[in-house]
Amino acid sequence: MSDSPGQRAQDFIIADRPVRADHRLIAEMVAPGSRVLDVGCGDGALLELLISEKNVDGRGVEISRDNVNACVARGLSVIQGDADQDLSGYPDKAFDYAVLSLTIQATRQPKVVLENLLRIGRRAIVSFPNFGHWKIRTALLFTGRMPRTPNLPETWFDSQDSHLCTIKDFSDLVTILDAEVEDAVAFNSRGQRLAIKNSLSLQNLLGEKAVFLLAPRGQR
Amino acid sequence: MPVRDTPIDVTARQQAQADAAARQVINPQSLVVRFPASEPLRLDSGREIAPLTIAYQTYGTLNADKSNAILICHALTGDQHVANEHPVTGKGGWWATLVGPGKPVDTDRFFVICANILGGCMGSTGPASENPATGRPYGVEFPVITIGDMVKAQARLVDYLGIDQLFSVIGGSMGGMQVLQWCARYKERVLTAMPIATAPWHTAQNIAFHEVGRQAVMADPDWQGGAYYGTASRPARGLAVARMAAHITYLSEKALQDKFGRGLQNRDQHSFSFDADFKIESYLRHQGSTFVDRFDANSYLYITRAMDYFDLEAEYGKLANAFTGTKTQFCVVSFTSDWLYPTRDNKEIVKALNGVAANVSFVEIESDKGHDAFLLDEEVFFATVRGFLNAAAKKRGIA
Repeated sequence: MSDSPGQRAQDFIIADRPVRADHRLIAEMVAPGSRVLDVGCGDGALLELLISEKNVDGRGVEISRDNVNACVARGLSVIQGDADQDLSGYPDKAFDYAVLSLTIQATRQPKVVLENLLRIGRRAIVSFPNFGHWKIRTALLFTGRMPRTPNLPETWFDSQDSHLCTIKDFSDLVTILDAEVEDAVAFNSRGQRLAIKNSLSLQNLLGEKAVFLLAPRGQR
Repeated sequence: MPVRDTPIDVTARQQAQADAAARQVINPQSLVVRFPASEPLRLDSGREIAPLTIAYQTYGTLNADKSNAILICHALTGDQHVANEHPVTGKGGWWATLVGPGKPVDTDRFFVICANILGGCMGSTGPASENPATGRPYGVEFPVITIGDMVKAQARLVDYLGIDQLFSVIGGSMGGMQVLQWCARYKERVLTAMPIATAPWHTAQNIAFHEVGRQAVMADPDWQGGAYYGTASRPARGLAVARMAAHITYLSEKALQDKFGRGLQNRDQHSFSFDADFKIESYLRHQGSTFVDRFDANSYLYITRAMDYFDLEAEYGKLANAFTGTKTQFCVVSFTSDWLYPTRDNKEIVKALNGVAANVSFVEIESDKGHDAFLLDEEVFFATVRGFLNAAAKKRGIA
């Protein structure tokens, strides 16, 4: 079963839709030909992107039955499961990258999930909405209610996001887990990455979402 | 107490069908491969079967590089007639909705093989076959077999057909157990695998239901210690009761309630007798009586035994060990309302495969049809099978 990236790309039809900004950034971080686990893979858009552009060996875990069925019917290797419950069964370093895109805030135990990601993958890639963005801060300050933005549109009682955090909060968790930040990119609602690289405070103020590329310490 | 319709009113038509079924043992309306006494099949028990006959069906055409073969493994009461009219019952194939030209298992592209299992009664060697030591049917002299033995016999057939690697091995229920056993014992020979509505071991509840069935057969005086072949009677009542009990486990409680409820059969009020007053009683009696016309009671004993012995974890120490080093691409499928082999059991397979970082998909299909859902027209299930096979076929370069 040898196939060139080109052939592989033809196997998967990328739906005619814009690529999500965090997916684009994640695709830039992933090395070609690597093994990737996408936890919370949704409709499989990121997996398809990584397979077609980076020729990865991609797998997914997804909680929604309908999404899983659609993924498998499109030829993706996806398991119906849950980031909180189903990661513990994977062996150490089973993947080059364990990806969690815009999902960590909806897990019950983000710390355990991130620990598992760092154990299963040689690298972990995590994207999340930044609750420290200035619009959210000012909304809370001036309305006195849980902020609702285009990024986080749901009311507090409908939202699945039980563990929202800021870029600084996430950064603290990374320190607690003794992982190394190899790359951290904040970006705005149009998917444009912020040029600020060295100021966590500014990223935290101006970034609407962020993507972190992490490695367990001592792995480089 | 008037008892009019018992579950085993054997009509002349039914007797004719039973005779036709018995003839399948000797002279099956199938392709047949016979391995001579000089090539015995060594069983897990240490005993041997020789000579060995395997009756099988094929659909589609094997391509030049023999890369498009799919083996379908049938369930407890199934047989090799997957997609053709059944030679005994005249009904369509048991998986004709899934297998055929343009179907999810597309016989325009794939070469599909299905063999009657070892211990079966549709032409492969089983308890109704002739025991070479006595010249009479084996009966209970037939050795106790395992799922592993069934798979070993299938591997003989695959060898005979000159196929090194199967593009896919697919099966539901006991067929799924054979799929798992294939993947454990013949890792290099299975490119993709679909274990469906199955389990890596038989639970106490699974064994319990089977034991009820076996005891029903053996309690029937017509069973005659298993030596009923050639006599005027056969344990039709016992086997019918076994089938009735088993059939309940194939359906969900909701499906039973929706289909039958407390509805009465051809009457307006209770008869105050033990007639089949209720629709569900009549249905089960029908299921029992039609089953005995096409199935051999001793085969039922042996095959249920093989399922009860099935435990991949015990065989390999740890379930994940069964799949160490596998390169097979798996797609495990379960159904929400299946309580015989529930999602929980199927997920054990997925967990074990994840544990060895195998390539596995897992889909739980929403259905209220119970275990039998895998045999029925379930749109999402079909889409899963089609998508999984198509993607793998493209990678394999199958046109």
